[in-house]
Amino acid sequence: MRTSFIAKYPSVLVFLLALASFTIIVTILSEGFGIGVISTSFIKTLGKTLCLCLIAVAMDLVWGFAGILSLGHFAFFGLGGYMIGMWLMYERTRLIVTEALMQGQIPPTGSEVIDSIGSQIFGVVGSNEFPLIWTFADSLGLQLLLVVLVPGILALVFGWLAFRSRVTGVYLSILTQAMTLALALYLFQNDSGLRGNNGLSGLQNLPGVEAPQSIVSMWFFLASAMALGLGYSLAAWIVSGKFGSVLRGIRDNETRVRFLGYSVEGFKLAIFTLTACIAAIAGALYYPQAGIINPAEIVPIASIYLAVWVAIGGRGRLYGAVIGAGFVSLISTWFTGGKAPDIPLGFYTIKWVDWWLVLLGLSFVGVTLFAPKGIGGLFDLMKKRRARHEHTS
Amino acid sequence: MSTLLEVSGVSVSFDGFKAINNLSFQIADSELRAVIGPNGAGKTTFMDIVTGKTRPDEGRVIWGERSVSLLRMNEAQIAREGIGRKFQKPTVFEDQTVRENFLMALKKDRGVLSVLLFRPSKADHEQVDALAEEVGLLAELDRLAGELSHGQKQWLEIGMLLAQEPRLLLVDEPAAGMTPEEREHTSELLVQAAKTRAVVVVEHDMEFVRRLGCKVTVLHEGAVLAEGSLDHVTSNSDVIDVYLGR
Repeated sequence: MRTSFIAKYPSVLVFLLALASFTIIVTILSEGFGIGVISTSFIKTLGKTLCLCLIAVAMDLVWGFAGILSLGHFAFFGLGGYMIGMWLMYERTRLIVTEALMQGQIPPTGSEVIDSIGSQIFGVVGSNEFPLIWTFADSLGLQLLLVVLVPGILALVFGWLAFRSRVTGVYLSILTQAMTLALALYLFQNDSGLRGNNGLSGLQNLPGVEAPQSIVSMWFFLASAMALGLGYSLAAWIVSGKFGSVLRGIRDNETRVRFLGYSVEGFKLAIFTLTACIAAIAGALYYPQAGIINPAEIVPIASIYLAVWVAIGGRGRLYGAVIGAGFVSLISTWFTGGKAPDIPLGFYTIKWVDWWLVLLGLSFVGVTLFAPKGIGGLFDLMKKRRARHEHTS
Repeated sequence: MSTLLEVSGVSVSFDGFKAINNLSFQIADSELRAVIGPNGAGKTTFMDIVTGKTRPDEGRVIWGERSVSLLRMNEAQIAREGIGRKFQKPTVFEDQTVRENFLMALKKDRGVLSVLLFRPSKADHEQVDALAEEVGLLAELDRLAGELSHGQKQWLEIGMLLAQEPRLLLVDEPAAGMTPEEREHTSELLVQAAKTRAVVVVEHDMEFVRRLGCKVTVLHEGAVLAEGSLDHVTSNSDVIDVYLGR
């Protein structure tokens, strides 16, 4: 009767196998490592999609299992991206500036280099001083640490305040929306220290790496696949045991869990903060593939999309979140990328770039009304049918 | 027998309505007590106060040998002190198996980290089996709690309370909606449970209370109206007035 979490969550093995085969096939077809059927830009799209699947897994943990409908997890995703972006931009600028200054007759002093980097990075917002938050930007190690620390601490403080006051349900969702909106508005300001609406750019170039984008994109693709595999396994392990029982208990009947002696607030805070950190790691892998991050990435609608993906994929089953995020974001790329053929109706032409959102909205409504378990619910139907089949034969 | 729980001079009002009015109540270790009273007598509010769900306006609630006040603790802390509560409606986690429900209730460290790292040992599974047997759910361990019948859910909840190993069990209308056989089983469970701990049963049904064969406290308008054996209180003229109307 002692079961390992894999025995309890057989989907983990299936998922890891599927992910591994997908990764191998893509690698063989890639430009960088394989025969070149898949273009580098599409490799980046696939890599980014894997990161979105990872944040969807985090969303499923916090919403599908613990019942906390956070509409702010993209804020953590974006912060993770900003944290890694700061190092990428600083280091790359430093290399370029140093090289340029070396052309001069006298070798540059340290402060000359710093000033020059400052005016390169912040000239666009009319400044050349390094803001305080860039203190650690010269250290990859520290900045990597900040990828989880900054969103983690924000989630911890926000969650502590919200859960301690027993804010639940739709009120909590609104609070999380307010948080992500406030953060986006702050970052839009030029004096926020993160280049306002310009954001951080050139993130696709790894400082000091000569390899072409076709190779770098594969590194990030493989890293994203690995992160998704690890994140999925971690999530499955967490929910397979008593912790998962308590989370689902909180989702279904918070009061009862409290009377069992569990500190509901502590558990909510733990899962909220943990998923914020997972989201941040996903973001730190996403934005170097996207090449640019700006505050528009973390406007409230982004986090709402995240909830839509998880709902369409099916809540509370982990693989549903992956299916939803992968499926919807890839289709979305296709529709909004202008590749989908327009439909001329004579008097009006349906342009998918505009109408895609309507389609997405309709499918969300459709799923909510007719298939509340989402795409993942189809697996239940298949299982049931097979069971019935075995029963009758 | 020493006093386990002492409620003294407790009052609480909601929007001017006095739900509990200067109520005093005591229960000793391993005592079985039935609390009866007409609708609105404050039975459920009394439980809410003891379990920390409602804060009284005045009065004291003192617990255990160390005489700690329960008024400063939240629900989870009070539950960890050893007070278990069964709600009127069966509240089990319907989306999870009977076994998972039991495992969650077992008396273990409730801290976030120890829950995360917890994996049930052989002894834990044996304890769950024993509890399931006691409440008559051994055959249902791997079914979803939501698939159980109404009576079975009530027993599961009682079993979960026993798993918490509380020193005081508060049970709100356990027999509501049960068949006669189910009632019999339930009253046996409660009498059995009261051998090792204090049990307070709130119940409407006199027949059920008679079967418990214990001291009875009658509540009326938020205060104790009478206390004693069932025959004693039912012959009390005040009680007859309250129940039959003046």
